[in-house]
Amino acid sequence: MTTSSPLTASGLSVGYGDTTIVKNIDLEIAAGQITALVGPNGCGKSTLLKAFARILKPKTGHVMLQGRPITSYPTREVATRLAILPQGPVAPEGLTVTELVAQGRLPHQTLFRQWSPGDRAAVERAMDMTDLAEFADRPVHSLSGGQRQRCWLAMVLAQDTPLLLLDEPTTFLDLKVQVDLMALLSRIVHEDGRTMVLVLHELNLAAAFADRIVMMREGEIVAEGAGAEVICPDQLRAVFDLRSDVIADPETGRPVCLPRTPDHVPMHALAAAAE
Amino acid sequence: MNATRTIFAATGFWLCLGGVGLAFLWHISVGAKAIPLGVVWQAIAAPQVGVFDHVVVRDLRMPRAIFAISVGAALSVAGALMQGVTRNPLAEPGILGLMAGATFAVIIGIGWFGLAGTAYVPLFAAIGALIGAILVWTIASAAPGGATPLTLILSGAAVGGFLYAIESAAILLNEDTFRNFRVWLSGSLAGRDMQTYLWALPWFIAGLIAALVIARQVTALAMGEETAAGLGVDTFRIKVIALGAVVVLTAAAVSVAGPLGFVGLVIPHVVRLFVGSDYRLIVPFSAIVGAGYVTVVDIAARVVLAPVEISTGIVTTMLGAPVFIWLVRAKL
Repeated sequence: MTTSSPLTASGLSVGYGDTTIVKNIDLEIAAGQITALVGPNGCGKSTLLKAFARILKPKTGHVMLQGRPITSYPTREVATRLAILPQGPVAPEGLTVTELVAQGRLPHQTLFRQWSPGDRAAVERAMDMTDLAEFADRPVHSLSGGQRQRCWLAMVLAQDTPLLLLDEPTTFLDLKVQVDLMALLSRIVHEDGRTMVLVLHELNLAAAFADRIVMMREGEIVAEGAGAEVICPDQLRAVFDLRSDVIADPETGRPVCLPRTPDHVPMHALAAAAE
Repeated sequence: MNATRTIFAATGFWLCLGGVGLAFLWHISVGAKAIPLGVVWQAIAAPQVGVFDHVVVRDLRMPRAIFAISVGAALSVAGALMQGVTRNPLAEPGILGLMAGATFAVIIGIGWFGLAGTAYVPLFAAIGALIGAILVWTIASAAPGGATPLTLILSGAAVGGFLYAIESAAILLNEDTFRNFRVWLSGSLAGRDMQTYLWALPWFIAGLIAALVIARQVTALAMGEETAAGLGVDTFRIKVIALGAVVVLTAAAVSVAGPLGFVGLVIPHVVRLFVGSDYRLIVPFSAIVGAGYVTVVDIAARVVLAPVEISTGIVTTMLGAPVFIWLVRAKL
């Protein structure tokens, strides 16, 4: 895995202006797996994702895409190997679902070869995977939040890249929709053989669906590994300043974080006090 | 685009083109002496030496119709590009200072340097448009909250008003030199000379070609900078090309017709209602519909109060202002 990692960062520092947000990070993304970047607000997880996609330029260090420095690729070629879905994208008014998904084919087209059977097949496949066929001709903005997010996902799927980077794809969605979306992402990665990096806000979603979790704090990686190795009360206290209990999901064995408020009194203590 | 949509788009395009052709002939037939459409067509397709009406059509009336078509297409495409690239539904050469800058520069170029009818007119206009755009953007960026659609409009209004005041003062102080500017300053296709148009023609063509070439990437940019970058669009490059195209198109239009307000605002929004959000359609349709619009408006400008003629720019502004107010209410 270490040799065949499709995306690695070494000595990577990224920021805006004079502020450095991601500080000297080394990270190898595991091929064929879902890696979740988690951490408190402002810890640099989204910034790291943007640097991975070459949207932000590193201050120091570099990103290697499939064994070559990402800066050595032409812009358009990066987009045929790596697709990124930014946080909270907005579709122009009136754009239909099919038109949006078709945008994913942009990096595969040139001025004089604008639409090929291959493009059509990729769009149809992406809409199939995300179950969007019934909305094909509807305007994107007329759909619900979850449906809309599936449209954007279909767009990056149509890009047909081995690597997918998604920035908080579940934000503002209902719980059921979040879980459905995560299950869909998991299917895409494991059945389609793609590699995915997700920025996630929700720890329990990351624990339930990610193969690996990278926990960040103040621009640095604090812990990295399978869910059970990373999500434990001590880590959560150190990284999120959160008191919590972590139990194992009785069905999957994956860790589940139960947050505790500072004035929380355990049930048995209440019972003892009542006696 | 699927097959049915492509056929729809193609049919619509040819219908619109036919409409523009009719408007073009109608524009020529209207005037102090009405010339029947059949004679107009004859004069264009198979002119005969010595037929007076044919001379009127070819030498006097057709140039003005050509100006109307070119200016309408240029301003509409410029507006469409600006709205797409900046994701600002109220972007337009007139509102964001480009037109005011171009107008000011042309007045300086012609009034002070005596460059009327030379190749320098579009060049002066382009420099003025660029400076106007940068000025408006810089002022808006310095406002609290940065360059939002609202601060850009305010800054554009301030810059436009200031330049217009200087222009008016210059004209009042030196009536002889600037006599001819009065009408031009309100946006007019009357009495423009063919020479200026020919100097502006390469600018029209270059701007339109650039707009068509980047149309695909503009659609991606309209979905946000990061989304576009993720789709492999070199966002900086496309924005520079778009700015260049907008400046060049505005400069060409102002050189020929002076400032025609709101054309670039109204037409792209109307076009979007019919063709959606794909700039590969919005750009060519804006060109065609804008060409037809200014042609018909110019007919109205000549006919409504005939024999008195009102400036084309006055009519486009009167028609565009309500649309502008509607857009502010609906989209801001």
